[in-house]
Amino acid sequence: MKRRKFLGGIGAVGTASALSAPALLSTLSRASAQGSDIPVGLLFSLTGSVAVVESTLHDAALMAIEEINAAGGVHGRQLRPIIEDPASDPATYADRSRRLMIRDKCVSVFGSYTSASRQAVLPVTEQRKNLYWYPTLYEGRECSRNVMYGGAVPNQQQDELIPWAIENFGPRFYMIGNNYVYPKEENNYCKTLLAKHGGEVVHEEYVPLGHSDFSSVINRIRAEEPDVIFGTVVGDSDVAFARQYHAAELDPAKMPTISLTRSEVEVKAIGGEAAAGHLSSAPYFMGTQTPENERFVESYKSRYGGDQVTHFVSEAAYFQVYQFKAALEKLDPANITPEAIRDAAVGLTMAAPQGEVLIDENLHTHLWPKIGQWQSNGQAEVVLQSQERVAPLPYAAYEGQRCTGQGLVQG
Amino acid sequence: MDVILNQLFAGLSMASILLIIALGLAIIYGAMGVINLAHGEFVMLGAYAAWAMQTHAGFSIIVALPFVFVAVGAVGWIIERVIVQRLYHRPLDTILATWGIGIVLQQLVRLSVGAESRFVKGPEMLSGNTQIGGLFMSNYRIFLIAFSLAVLMATWALLTRTEFGMKLRAVIQNRQISECYGIEAKHVYSITFAYGAGLAGIAGALITPLFSTVPTMGTGLVVDAFLVVIVGGLGSLIGTAAASALIGEATALFSLLMNDTLGRIAVLAGIIVLIRFRPRGLFPSNTGR
Repeated sequence: MKRRKFLGGIGAVGTASALSAPALLSTLSRASAQGSDIPVGLLFSLTGSVAVVESTLHDAALMAIEEINAAGGVHGRQLRPIIEDPASDPATYADRSRRLMIRDKCVSVFGSYTSASRQAVLPVTEQRKNLYWYPTLYEGRECSRNVMYGGAVPNQQQDELIPWAIENFGPRFYMIGNNYVYPKEENNYCKTLLAKHGGEVVHEEYVPLGHSDFSSVINRIRAEEPDVIFGTVVGDSDVAFARQYHAAELDPAKMPTISLTRSEVEVKAIGGEAAAGHLSSAPYFMGTQTPENERFVESYKSRYGGDQVTHFVSEAAYFQVYQFKAALEKLDPANITPEAIRDAAVGLTMAAPQGEVLIDENLHTHLWPKIGQWQSNGQAEVVLQSQERVAPLPYAAYEGQRCTGQGLVQG
Repeated sequence: MDVILNQLFAGLSMASILLIIALGLAIIYGAMGVINLAHGEFVMLGAYAAWAMQTHAGFSIIVALPFVFVAVGAVGWIIERVIVQRLYHRPLDTILATWGIGIVLQQLVRLSVGAESRFVKGPEMLSGNTQIGGLFMSNYRIFLIAFSLAVLMATWALLTRTEFGMKLRAVIQNRQISECYGIEAKHVYSITFAYGAGLAGIAGALITPLFSTVPTMGTGLVVDAFLVVIVGGLGSLIGTAAASALIGEATALFSLLMNDTLGRIAVLAGIIVLIRFRPRGLFPSNTGR
């Protein structure tokens, strides 16, 4: 794995630097849509290790674009999707986003699943004063004026979850995550909540990304007997963890895994039997009962196959395109620039599959947190639904820092 | 005490998985000297073959094993015939060629089956645990330990107790002279490569109930397999078994003392030190190479 990434990296760095030279010369021509159609970039990996998830985001975003076009477009103009495949490599994300924003003059780019790829695109979109729509839940602690964050930040996933989990299962938390920034920031915030609500951490550990043998972890869990396993394990590691947990016959009724990252995609691979009884915290589950979601799930399935699932990231990838459209509609068709789109998008409400969402002035999204319990049919049953929409606080774990409409404010 | 016993069993279980993955490579790399970077992809093909047979024919993975062995072995045989055979006198080029084969296989699976992780059900009769005092042993993991030892014995018998094994050992010791005695070395190599690939396929099928079945699953496994073979010593089955046990138990114990991340680092550091003092592994074989 390392070997391939390394070689892929060399190739990508080569092309990236080759393209950045002309980019410096053409800073005068900013992206603005003036032709007959409106170019938008889609930057999701269709190959490589992240493709498993990102291809579903690509599908959802593309579906939204085509639905909008079929309904007549925006101000009578069609959205023209320009598709790039960054092949799961952060350097290629930077390169391809540059290409979309400069050569193709996209007024917005939709893309990314991992934080690493978002951070690779960040300097590009800020330098080009473009707009990058990022649909994934992430660890917060970022406040760009050129990224639209559609997923949950820690306070939206945890504020209701932690007191509820302490009350229903007990105060002793075992934290298991992959060894990178997202799990560490989430656990960091979780610890402040545990301190506030009288919980404790019995063990905190991080396994390498892609780790697949959890027998030691399971032995430790068996010895510690925590009340809750707080999981931020991602992708294939999470699948392996859940299957081995089930094979070890540990009881989810006594020691459930409450995951911030497990969605319908992982559960499908884990198998309903092994996933049943465990919980996830997310603003959206495939079984969410709203008319918008019924429509979303139905058109997704009829388009991509009846065995396909929608999940909390593909939902955001879908509704962000509609937010983009709603912002465009507020603008003068002759003057469509990324910054005008951003300013028009702030304060916008929209009926998304999860419920009515709102774009905050800090460009994150007000969402409807839910806690779902997985059933043996691979779907989640919502056991706790937030009574009100929760505002995004990307710096919730950092006192004295706030992300506002003017960017990051200290004190 | 229970913690240590449980951890020892975990180490043994990891060792059995390592052994079964590395055994095929020990044959191909150890005996034939082909640095087969596509080994992980053979494992992956085995996993997908098990998945396909379970989804389309309803076979339990245990029933599917012989078919998986034949199917992946056949793929290995074709690859040996078409590509690897032409490169025996250019060992460096086999690295590049097998790496390329690995990428092709991975992408073929991705294009034909899809990139998402596939679900394979474990065998019903092996679900559950066996508990002795405070020691919990997953039945499936016990089965894996027994099965990997059985495969080891079968391979050992094949190499030392059959005519084919004798021919193979002769070819390994000196190809030209064996050919003078009428052994068709090309043929022997093809069968050996196919056998190694088939073993990798079995390994893939057996780990599906515990791991995630995705097109990229082989890339991490091939590293583990090479570690085992290099630590064990080229061409030595005993070495492969000993190295699997050593690496599995060391991983489990370091992981108990520190955590999985640091444990992995400690194991790799230990291997570097070991190779410094025993460059040919624990049980170097005395072949002509």
